[in-house]
Amino acid sequence: MKIIAFAEQRNNQFKKTAFEVVRAARTIADQLGAECNALVIGGNVSSIASQLGAYGASKVFVVDDAQLEYYSTTAYAKIVAEIARAESADMLFFPASAMGKDFAPRVAAKLDAGLAADCTALRVENGTVIATRPVYAGKAFVEVAVRSAIKLFTLRPNVFSAGTPAGSTAVVEKKESALGEADFGAVVKEIKIAGGKKDVAEADIIVSGGRGLKAPENFSMVEELAASLGAAVGASRAVVDAGWRPHDEQVGQTGKTVSPSLYIAVAISGAVQHLAGMSSSKYIVAINKDKDAPIFSIADYGIVGDAFEVVPTLTAELKKTLNR
Amino acid sequence: MKILVFVNHVPDTETKVKVGADGKTIDPAGINYMLSPYDEFAVEEGLKLREKFTGEAVVVSLGGEANKETLRKALAMGCDKAVLLKNASSHDSFAVARSLADFAKELSPDIILLGKQSIDYDNGQIGSLVAEMLGMPSISVVVKLEINDGAVVAEREIEGGHEIVHAKLPAVVMAQKGLNQPRYPSLKGIMDAKRKVIEERAVAPVASKIEVLTMRKPPAKNPGKIVGTDASAVPELVRLLHEEAKVI
Ligand SMILES: Cc1cc2nc3c(=O)[nH]c(=O)nc-3n(C[C@H](O)[C@H](O)[C@H](O)COP(=O)(O)OP(=O)(O)OC[C@H]3O[C@@H](n4cnc5c(N)ncnc54)[C@H](O)[C@@H]3O)c2cc1C
Ligand SMILES: Cc1cc2nc3c(=O)[nH]c(=O)nc-3n(C[C@H](O)[C@H](O)[C@H](O)COP(=O)(O)OP(=O)(O)OC[C@H]3O[C@@H](n4cnc5c(N)ncnc54)[C@H](O)[C@@H]3O)c2cc1C
Repeated sequence: MKIIAFAEQRNNQFKKTAFEVVRAARTIADQLGAECNALVIGGNVSSIASQLGAYGASKVFVVDDAQLEYYSTTAYAKIVAEIARAESADMLFFPASAMGKDFAPRVAAKLDAGLAADCTALRVENGTVIATRPVYAGKAFVEVAVRSAIKLFTLRPNVFSAGTPAGSTAVVEKKESALGEADFGAVVKEIKIAGGKKDVAEADIIVSGGRGLKAPENFSMVEELAASLGAAVGASRAVVDAGWRPHDEQVGQTGKTVSPSLYIAVAISGAVQHLAGMSSSKYIVAINKDKDAPIFSIADYGIVGDAFEVVPTLTAELKKTLNR
Repeated sequence: MKILVFVNHVPDTETKVKVGADGKTIDPAGINYMLSPYDEFAVEEGLKLREKFTGEAVVVSLGGEANKETLRKALAMGCDKAVLLKNASSHDSFAVARSLADFAKELSPDIILLGKQSIDYDNGQIGSLVAEMLGMPSISVVVKLEINDGAVVAEREIEGGHEIVHAKLPAVVMAQKGLNQPRYPSLKGIMDAKRKVIEERAVAPVASKIEVLTMRKPPAKNPGKIVGTDASAVPELVRLLHEEAKVI
């Protein structure tokens, strides 16, 4: 039996999710007595491929082609499906990232395979992989089994542990890609990165602000608290709709679903739609002046108080403790 | 321009989920349904394209009789035609995509618009699946779309930024919040929608590849600790985060 994990990279550097996906594949492979391999695609990635050995890949397939420097859903799907067939892979793992979510279903269609999307846990029962995935924005979870010859899984970032890298190096095997113009039906031409801004979907700590902050300029308080923790800034829909914050910061059922290790909600009431997006955070802190605000029902630690007083004090205290 | 829009009929966001008697799906009692929010952006974009290029905007939903309510909403917003693909049995993303793709093939649209994700099962798969089944390019999580002479330039959200993606029509575009501001149906639109006939078609059942074994609610959280009622609680909060939670 064989598992291949797609290891996402950008600018020839692996994303944290790449290590998480490879490690998860290794863990499942060990339980099934299967082989665990990885796959890297890019424009100049040969030199980084062997790193994946430290996360459990025995062999790393590399497709290095200048045309693949920028992501293309059609070309990436073609390559992964071809390698899966050539290697007779039984399972494919991907990150449920912007990239993985975009092209993994295309691979599934090519291979006539089922895809369990955005999984938050995997286990093996009688030789079958059972995946847990949130539905209704995390208000419920389903356990699913994939019933097709090849089985695909995308794993939610930040949920599976990458473990500690251990010394071993992987065998790197180059694969050719015979790509023509027709394979680039959709292709990225340019990437606009918001200067150094951390994305809530990837952050380990998030500080979110809500309507109780009263005016967009008061978000500086939230930004400073976030900076003291190296955290990303998030927002409730109320402040996104008011135009105080960009919508890529929105957390919730119609925003981003996040699972950081620490989520600090400042002046957010905790409407069901907001809770849906962040309730799987490992620790939740709420700062709200209303003791009956629903956010306290899921918070691990709460301060019932005025954000304008508590937040600057917290920032100062953290700077002192963490020396930032 | 021939525009095809896919819409799903889903429990509204206020829904408190209760697991049904089968232990695999939700208890439908007392649930209000809505046009899935991302699909509303898809409908709006379809209408904008029709206004710009003329042509026809056809809206399609796969499901039961109840989905007509969502189709009527899309008609009220301004879609020209609505089709209900009737399927009563359970189905996964692949099966839904197969039926939608088969229908689309017959229509040969210039563009297929849909939501980036249906807010019930949250798979976010159907757009890419349909595109692959039809051999079309696809762009997901789109916040900006420009079409000129059949050339598509779209901006899609990625972690910490945006990608500018180029493709050619026919193409599949999956809408994200920010793409546009959906219009409210006008009174005339609502009246007209009531009179329009929703075409119904039976679809052949497609076997699911994803079997749902169980559905359950997340474990209830123990009530947390109120650390204090003003800024004097801050040192204790920092200590707890550091020593108890060990997250900083
Ligand atoms: C279809 C649909 C989808 C939605 N999707 C989302 C979503 O994805 N994400 C989302 O967040 N919402 C979503 N919502 C909106 C949601 O229902 C709430 O309206 C929204 O989350 C409220 O935002 P808020 O908590 O910032 O504001 P409010 O509910 O107004 O809460 C403000 C809070 O600030 C507190 N406060 C005020 N002053 C202070 C102070 N000085 N110090 C401390 N606390 C203070 C108040 O006590 C109050 O609890 C959606 C709604 C719908 C209908
Ligand atoms: C009773 C019941 C039983 C189910 N059984 C199973 C099962 O056994 N296995 C399983 O995996 N899932 C099952 N589901 C889930 C369900 O079949 C679909 O997966 C779900 O309706 C579509 O959500 P998605 O997350 O797959 O779509 P996404 O891929 O998130 O949807 C993306 C976009 O596709 C479009 N779209 C989605 N659905 C439709 C539709 N029906 N008509 C038109 N456009 C649509 C919308 O524009 C949407 O925004 C069941 C659901 C119900 C209610």
